[in-house]
Amino acid sequence: MTTFTNSIQLVYVLAAACFVIGLHLMNSPATARRGNQVSTAGMVIAVIATLVLLIHDGTVTAVGWTVLIVGVLLGSAVGLWSARTVQMTAMPQLVSMFNAVGGGAAALVAIYSYIHDESAAGGVLGSTTVFTVLDVLIGSVTFTGSLIAAGKLQGIITGSPVMIKGGRLINLALIAVALGSAAFMLTTASLPALLLVVLASLAFGVLMVLPIGGADMPVVISLLNAFTGTAVAMAGFVINNWALIVAGALVGASGGILTKLMADAMNRSLPNIMLGGFGTGDTAVAAVAASDAQIRSIAADDAAIQLAYASKVIIVPGYGLAAAQAQHGVAELAKVLEDHGVEVSYAIHPVAGRMPGHMNVLLAEANVPYPQLKEMDEINPEFPRADVALVIGANDVTNPAARRPGTAISGMPILDVDQAQSIIVVKRSMGHGYAGIDNELYANPKTSMYFADAKKAVAEMTAAVKTLVG
Amino acid sequence: MSTALVTDLTIFILALLVGIEVIGKVPATLHTPLMSAANSIHGIVLVGALLIGLTAHDTVGYILAFVAAFFAAANVVGGYVVTGRMLKMFRRKAAPAPVQAAKPAEAAAAEQRESVRS
Repeated sequence: MTTFTNSIQLVYVLAAACFVIGLHLMNSPATARRGNQVSTAGMVIAVIATLVLLIHDGTVTAVGWTVLIVGVLLGSAVGLWSARTVQMTAMPQLVSMFNAVGGGAAALVAIYSYIHDESAAGGVLGSTTVFTVLDVLIGSVTFTGSLIAAGKLQGIITGSPVMIKGGRLINLALIAVALGSAAFMLTTASLPALLLVVLASLAFGVLMVLPIGGADMPVVISLLNAFTGTAVAMAGFVINNWALIVAGALVGASGGILTKLMADAMNRSLPNIMLGGFGTGDTAVAAVAASDAQIRSIAADDAAIQLAYASKVIIVPGYGLAAAQAQHGVAELAKVLEDHGVEVSYAIHPVAGRMPGHMNVLLAEANVPYPQLKEMDEINPEFPRADVALVIGANDVTNPAARRPGTAISGMPILDVDQAQSIIVVKRSMGHGYAGIDNELYANPKTSMYFADAKKAVAEMTAAVKTLVG
Repeated sequence: MSTALVTDLTIFILALLVGIEVIGKVPATLHTPLMSAANSIHGIVLVGALLIGLTAHDTVGYILAFVAAFFAAANVVGGYVVTGRMLKMFRRKAAPAPVQAAKPAEAAAAEQRESVRS
């Protein structure tokens, strides 16, 4: 190793350190922005070092430079445009798209490396083949799997589980083809075998995600994020590059942990999610129905009276709020109440929204100060002291049935909304949540139902509160 | 097993452990920005895409280099920009937002005073 390549390698280590420090600074909202800047700096120096290496080496052809520069510029433009224009509610789709391209690029790096080594004098090393196959396999599965996941979240592909007849058998066949080709490649270098791995993995990615319901997509995206990281680390092994190995491993670990946290918060095991969604018939639902119970409905004026004369209000936002784009309206209602001397806080369930922590981002977008956002463990003891719990577009995470065994959501951690003095639920209809069961909270004598679209309901309540206190 | 492979594996395992340690402490509030940040970090594959250029001297090589560079660049740029956009929204108080953007140090000090008062 020459001094020059050594120095480049050291710059890569520096970049990797920036990534670690950047992620570490994400520990608190106050330092998170600096974390992103440190991480960006790491990326910039890694790319600059690579460019210096390319120039120093001098073997890049004119066409090569053109191809790289045009590719990078076009890619940057697309990335920049999508990052600037994306709605915060559509964040999960965008993350999924970035997973797709990241995984795709990692697979391409290994494919190119294989083609090149195969025609070179030394041939392909056996140990490299292992990582090439792993990279291509994981990268290709991530590529198509992420595209399907994004399509499902965007509503281009149906969100309900798509069951293909004999899907399991096809999956097994695809796995057999991929592993068979991989085993063959270990003994004989063969490009067709590698392409077979690519095709089988691409098909497997599609078939893996299609049968998973839209409600489970957040977990899938988190998992695919971990996959992408792992694929990038494998690409690092193939081309023997530390920056890729460290960064990929970091992302693989973080994605893995987030996936587990997310699955725990939904009270589901990963195999359970991957093998089929809620409400597909295999879940025993206890029929303690609230159908014959008394449901009280309420109008804007009465809701406003309750809110305005409360001393403590806890708002429980759910995906219905995000879907109706009502986060700005809620922030305004909260502000009006606060100005009137009411203590307002938000109870955020870990899976509120469509991604872990998604609801926090949506409320932050509406300028809600983050100290008002309380996590589940912090807010649950406060519910008994709350005069009003205002549930907007959240369903399963407030269902007391989760405390009893034998229901579809048994054991799922929930917000103790039923402990509040009174409860107002804003909801479009008596429809079910993802779990497909009745919410016993709605039959609670303390509960009043406000049947309306979240945005409309919030605007009406705000207006009514204003006339009361103004 | 070559020395390079052993070194690579060592780095990989240690980085995995560091990742687990660092991420485990991030509060749920920041999980979406965290995932987005991790997302941009795997854009490091751009380095791998650029390195294809070193040996790519035929049509197949050029095509692969182009697509890989395009994908990875979209990942890096988009990832960092959208993470930054999200984190910019996390504020302590809603009111002094424009000032905060212009003079971060002063605003932070003001924020501290405010939080002491309340």
